[in-house]
Amino acid sequence: MTATAMKKEMDTMAWQKVCTKVDLVEFSGVAAWLETADGPAQVAIFYLPGQGNELFALDHHDPFSNANVIARGIVGDLKGAAVVASPIYKQHFRLEDGQCLEDEDVKLRTWKIEFKGDEVWVEG
Amino acid sequence: MMSSKNPEQLIIIGNGMVGHHLVEQLVDNGALERYQVTVFGEERHRAYDRVHLSEYFSGRDADSLALCEADYYATSGVELRTGEAVIEIDRSAHEVVTDQGRYPYDRIVLATGSFPFVPPIPGNDREGCLVYRTLDDLDAIQAAAENATNGVVVGGGLLGLEAANALRGLNLDTAVVEFASRLMPMQVDNEGGELLREKIEALGVQVLTERATQRIEDGDNSHHRMVFQDDKVLETDLIVFSAGIRPRDQLARDCDLEIGERGGVVVDDQCRTSDPAILAIGEVALWNQSIFGLVAPGYQMAKAALATLTDGDTRFGGADMSTKLKLLGVDVGSIGDAHGNQNPGARMFRYLDPLTQVYRKMVVSSDGKKLLGAMLVGDNSAYDTLLQYYANRIELPDEPASLILPQSSGAAPTLGPGALPETATICSCHNVTKGDICATIDDGAVDLGGVKDVTKASTGCGGCTALLKSVVDHELEARGVEVDKSICEHFAFTRQELYDIVRVEGIKTFSELIGKHGKQDTHCLGCDICKPAVASILASCFNEPITDAAHVPLQDTNDTFMANMQKNGTYSVVPRVAGGEITPDKLIVLGEVAKKYDLYSKVTGGQRIDLFGARLEDLPDIWGELIEAGFETGHAYGKSLRTVKSCVGSTWCRYGVQDSVGMAIQLENRYKGLRSPHKIKFGVSGCTRECAEAQSKDIGIIATENGWNLYVCGNGGMRPRHAELFATDLDDEQLYRTIDRFLMFYVRTADRLQRTSVWRENLDGGLDYLKEVILEDSLGINDELERQMQTVVDTYQCEWADAISDPEKLKRFRSFVNDDRPDPSIIMTSERGQLRPA
Repeated sequence: MTATAMKKEMDTMAWQKVCTKVDLVEFSGVAAWLETADGPAQVAIFYLPGQGNELFALDHHDPFSNANVIARGIVGDLKGAAVVASPIYKQHFRLEDGQCLEDEDVKLRTWKIEFKGDEVWVEG
Repeated sequence: MMSSKNPEQLIIIGNGMVGHHLVEQLVDNGALERYQVTVFGEERHRAYDRVHLSEYFSGRDADSLALCEADYYATSGVELRTGEAVIEIDRSAHEVVTDQGRYPYDRIVLATGSFPFVPPIPGNDREGCLVYRTLDDLDAIQAAAENATNGVVVGGGLLGLEAANALRGLNLDTAVVEFASRLMPMQVDNEGGELLREKIEALGVQVLTERATQRIEDGDNSHHRMVFQDDKVLETDLIVFSAGIRPRDQLARDCDLEIGERGGVVVDDQCRTSDPAILAIGEVALWNQSIFGLVAPGYQMAKAALATLTDGDTRFGGADMSTKLKLLGVDVGSIGDAHGNQNPGARMFRYLDPLTQVYRKMVVSSDGKKLLGAMLVGDNSAYDTLLQYYANRIELPDEPASLILPQSSGAAPTLGPGALPETATICSCHNVTKGDICATIDDGAVDLGGVKDVTKASTGCGGCTALLKSVVDHELEARGVEVDKSICEHFAFTRQELYDIVRVEGIKTFSELIGKHGKQDTHCLGCDICKPAVASILASCFNEPITDAAHVPLQDTNDTFMANMQKNGTYSVVPRVAGGEITPDKLIVLGEVAKKYDLYSKVTGGQRIDLFGARLEDLPDIWGELIEAGFETGHAYGKSLRTVKSCVGSTWCRYGVQDSVGMAIQLENRYKGLRSPHKIKFGVSGCTRECAEAQSKDIGIIATENGWNLYVCGNGGMRPRHAELFATDLDDEQLYRTIDRFLMFYVRTADRLQRTSVWRENLDGGLDYLKEVILEDSLGINDELERQMQTVVDTYQCEWADAISDPEKLKRFRSFVNDDRPDPSIIMTSERGQLRPA
């Protein structure tokens, strides 16, 4: 890997500010655009204040319906794991790692996400 | 798999209850691989429930009495030829001859049933002298009743009293004329008959016993005069003969099959007639010198016939004629040797209460150990227990009298489900034993519904419903199955229990509810089952906007964005068009909005207009324009009142008798915004032609000359169900009050996502119980139900108007929080001049 290519990857993989705290909805999700190495991605961001891990970022794309709707699903927990239910056909995805509970072959992508002050940063 | 051989031709003559049951047996047991089945029915209707025929005059129609869906025969691969009477069986040519053709057969099953016996009285063929057997007979009675003020039923037996009930239902002054010295001479003795007479006379029905009609002639004040043996006379406009039934054995007589002395086609244990290619079942068949005039033995014969046709083992070995009836609202029960005249040495126990008009009699073996028969008038509550003692030959308690004494004189030893032997028949229509039920549970059935699905128990006459439930509950309990009705893993409560908790404790948020009453072993997020259910309960109770911050994470996406998500992630928008009435100006606005935002437009089944393909970020603007033009949200996205469909009613229609549109608008505006366990639909028709299809709705209202008839718990959709008549001739105020109570009771007690139809089917006590609660206030909660509904009505506000006036709430309607561009992956294409998802 050349130094230039390495530099470029570092840039696109870099942490990005996507929104601020007031854009989030408590115990629910919003969608945002994120620049990634594979191009722009739609990301669903969930905010669970008071929980150990407050923020989660995973694919907004629902592989079962092929619509971009995951951020509009209901957040809950099943057998101890925080999940979101797709609003279309109701499959559950674990917020922590994107794993679908109904189909072990299906997993949503996840990204690192955290607050920097009131700003929400995601690692693209 | 179809057999490679040519199928044998099986012809079933008769499409009554027993003939239909045979078809079901053939279909369910794979017999169609072997037989090509053709069914001839002489009547124009497909098989219907003759047991409940008199309900035809209290609101049920041919379709709701039908025993199967209209397409059952076609989809099962059985040819049903209704309105085609068989006129001859040509045994030498092996052909069945109808008025329309000749049909070859290999096997025949005669299921022609019986016909009403009309006594040979001069004048019995006068116009207005009718019988009571078929739907067409009922139509004829109804037509004749239009020019009549009074009517007489000749015959005071079971069917005669049914017919008398029908005449009362037509508002005729009704009399029953019986040849014997008491009513129902077959089932009850003199004491019982006397009590029955008192009870029936108290209903305004005149009872004349020991009357032999000599002739019928022109009357002075009515159409007819009946002259009796002592020259006493009775004038009447309408006469219904119901003096017993006779087997319809003419076809069998004509082709020289063996016939009993007093009629009936002689059959053996396999239901074979004297020609083994021809079988006979039901009321036409004579087995061991007996005709069985009840539906349960007919079904048992159908099972024996199935075995004969498919080389099985089941035989018909006679049937118990015990029966439990409600005639003119009076309980009558008869078990085994009720008169005690078939068992020499039998002893009788009798209990007669002239004040509450209850009579119970037991016929007991000479050693006092076994019940041989029983008779009940006025109260059938002891029937199930007595029947089990009788049918299963269970040893009687030391003091047998305790079984028929009133409860207050000591704890009556009821026979619990645990005491029944495995062989005890629970459902006699479908011949289901306690052992069958246990086996079903062992195979994995976990509730009453599961057991019913597998065994069909209690889906015939329904008389065993309560017993079945107690057996199922007992067996589940015995297996340590605690029937878990928890709504989900977060709450150990049913929806109904959560509702009560919320109301009683005044809990107003999900977090408070799960904090106080959630299961301890989970952390407190809830899930997509309990959150929307609690959101609905909170809305039903307090009616706060569902988009308030505390409530928004609870909602399904449709409620969150107050629109219906479609498969590509766009939404559809449906403004309220109350009663389906809309001004031209508003129609134009809908068109303009649809055009501006490129929305696909379609008229819905609920008489409004659905605009599809709206992008999330456009929803507030679309609603801004709609609200500006006077529209409000239609709750098409919510588990709530959807629409009140109406016909145009008396304002325009020449048949209308009330203003159905006006009523529909009143009702829609009253109940709009009511959140409920599932969606609710209404229909209001302006006359009995029922153009609004109100009987397929949760709440159906049909105008009458005197007001409104209310029907409840109908459904279209996946499992259509006709609504049932609940109350008649209500004025506007009574109608609102009744619906207030009904809906709130539903909201309180239904499970999540349970439509009124399923709720009603699962309600212990059924429609009668519902009537007691809503119409007679048996629980004493009607004031409260009305108050709760008034709260919902008073706190209504348009959710969309609330949302677009609040910038915080509008923030939610962004496709992306960091970019205003729409989602590029939503791609549309054009079809028939409109957009649709590509």
